Amino acid sequence: MIRTFATAAALSTLLLAGAQAQDKPAELRVGISTFLSGSASVFGEPAKQAADMIVEDINKSGGILGAPVKVTYIDEGAGAEALTTEYKRLAQDGKTDVFFSAISSGNCNKIAPLAEDLKVINFMWDCGTQQILEQGKYRYVYRTQANATPEVLAALVYLLKTRPNFKTIAVVNQDYAWGRDSWAIFSSALKKLKPDAQVVAELFPKFGAPDYSTEVSRLLALRPDVVLSTSWGGDLDTFVRQAAQRGLMRNSTFVLPLAESSLQRIGKDLPDGVIVGARGDHYFLHPETRDDPKVKGFMEAFKARTGSWPIYPVFHMSQAFAALQAVYKKASDANGGKFPNKEQIADAMKGLSFRGLGRAITIREDGQGVEDQLMGVTKKVDAYPFPIIDDMMILPAAKLMPPVGQKSEDWIATLTPDLVKVEAASFRHR
Amino acid sequence: MSAQTMALAFFDGVAYAALVFLVAVGLTLIFGVMRILNIAHGSLYAFGAYAAASLVAGLGLMGWSPWLAYPALAVAAALVGIIVGGAIETLLLQRIYAKEESLQLLVTFAVFMVLENVQRLVWGVQPYFVAEPVQMLGNINLGGIDYTRYQTLLLPAVALAVLLGLRLFLKGTLSGQIILAVTEDREAATAIGVNAKRVFFVTFVIGASLAALGGALAAPTTSILPGMGADMIVLSFAVAATAGLGQIEGAALTALLIGLGRSFAVYLAPEFEVLTPYLIMVLVLLARPQGLFARPEARRI
Repeated sequence: MIRTFATAAALSTLLLAGAQAQDKPAELRVGISTFLSGSASVFGEPAKQAADMIVEDINKSGGILGAPVKVTYIDEGAGAEALTTEYKRLAQDGKTDVFFSAISSGNCNKIAPLAEDLKVINFMWDCGTQQILEQGKYRYVYRTQANATPEVLAALVYLLKTRPNFKTIAVVNQDYAWGRDSWAIFSSALKKLKPDAQVVAELFPKFGAPDYSTEVSRLLALRPDVVLSTSWGGDLDTFVRQAAQRGLMRNSTFVLPLAESSLQRIGKDLPDGVIVGARGDHYFLHPETRDDPKVKGFMEAFKARTGSWPIYPVFHMSQAFAALQAVYKKASDANGGKFPNKEQIADAMKGLSFRGLGRAITIREDGQGVEDQLMGVTKKVDAYPFPIIDDMMILPAAKLMPPVGQKSEDWIATLTPDLVKVEAASFRHR
Repeated sequence: MSAQTMALAFFDGVAYAALVFLVAVGLTLIFGVMRILNIAHGSLYAFGAYAAASLVAGLGLMGWSPWLAYPALAVAAALVGIIVGGAIETLLLQRIYAKEESLQLLVTFAVFMVLENVQRLVWGVQPYFVAEPVQMLGNINLGGIDYTRYQTLLLPAVALAVLLGLRLFLKGTLSGQIILAVTEDREAATAIGVNAKRVFFVTFVIGASLAALGGALAAPTTSILPGMGADMIVLSFAVAATAGLGQIEGAALTALLIGLGRSFAVYLAPEFEVLTPYLIMVLVLLARPQGLFARPEARRI
């Protein structure tokens, strides 16, 4: 019944569109997986809001190559099983043209081979794991953002550039794939870039742990020069508040590579001088793009719509849509102005350059995006009720990731302390 | 391990145990009297935390004294216990006391799932935080390390007060004696004129309020967010089962055991931190399947 109806609808659209090019679809269907439930919805919800806004904008200005964009969401919070079932259904019955999936690295591990099997274009729009594109060859899977290697190395390089003399470091990461993997990258690179640094504690509290008092006590007793935590969401908020309340942040320099996404929640309880990152050059006061009327307009519209300034998943979402628009344009140009099919899209992805709300990003030969990394330190100012990021550096991603064809762990083993001298653009808050 | 680190691990363990005890004691009280393992206990914990956060934030907006935050935590817990707990008991549980245990378990699990979603509808998914009650009490320096007064002094004090209060209530008042009588033998108690229905209601509301109190007191120390109830129900079940379901003093000692085990693990073998409560539970249950403090039950023929 539904199928008959769909056929009828498709036929009538074809009849209506008879005068135009035959192959232009009635709409461009995009399937997006994001967390709408569970603790990662701190990222998933703002990203969905951003997607809704961006799609409204695209459709207001005539869609992509004249086809309006239609989005279907899949909730990653329902689990990997539900995600793959829904993904297959959308790919087959729903005739979805492009997928943006996923936030969770575990889900990306499942989705990448599935997309390749189903021969559907998939943008890994937010997940961090560097392994997928380093270990396998994909024709239909691309990443429209950086990955864990440059994200973690940027934090380490920034730390070594600005606080070169520390002697001891402790880590407090969430006990799951990202917490473990990010520490593996950080610690193996630390051994190469600063061999004399001593790791005094490696703590991996439970994912979603409600209390870090014991960890904080232990760190207060150990007095490490640096405390690293790649935690995020409620876990990071709790840890930072408990650490700040008990004076741990006075003795130790905190390095929090994902804290840009927590600044507005933790607010004034976060002291000045904490090193923070944003998994890319994602910052609502981006020093290079903040005065661009388009970027500025988006930031203000997002704030008006949701009550908060954009955080990094919003930027990731803007990048996925920027890549989508750019690749359809590029493939259509290569196709004599006709609407491209998915093989032509896949051909056009390599070497594609596009710009979301930050600097331009390029897709490499292996499908990986090259995205520069913004780091800085927290600072309280009068204009905002939460700390902003000052003493910013934007580090060049190309220098912080292995060349195409090499795995991150092999490449990190070849690093020397010279990497710290990599040139980075510096900015003050203004 | 030096004496200093042992002392540090001890303070953290006690603070953690206090919070776990408050939640576990409600669970074990309800089980002891009603023989129902209430999975929705986890939701009541989360509701207590959210209600406390909303109430304290509301007080702040109205410009009232921040010291009112402390009574507000207790008020939030009582409101959740009476309104949500009371509704669960009268609307659902009353109908299924005579039914199989597995059905009762499923019903409370269903309530848990429903309440998790209600919580998302009401409070959304972004983490909440009410730091004022912790910040106002400030820090205390013990062995060269700053601890929050809230966690090292107030939480254990409240837990101790609840333990003693429950003991006095159950052993020293008529209502408490009636509850104990129903726990001992429901049929005999009903036969001599005890209104078991009322006893069940009162017990459930007290148990629910204790879960909510745990949540309300945890609120200032943690991020309040979806899923916090699920974690707590698992942990408090581990405490209640290790102690022997229905054992109140036992739950206190077990909470202390598990709290200390966990904080010593962070110093000695951090990889085992998450596992410690369950390792303790398995070891205890292998040796004493009925729990540490449970008396062997009289056989009923």
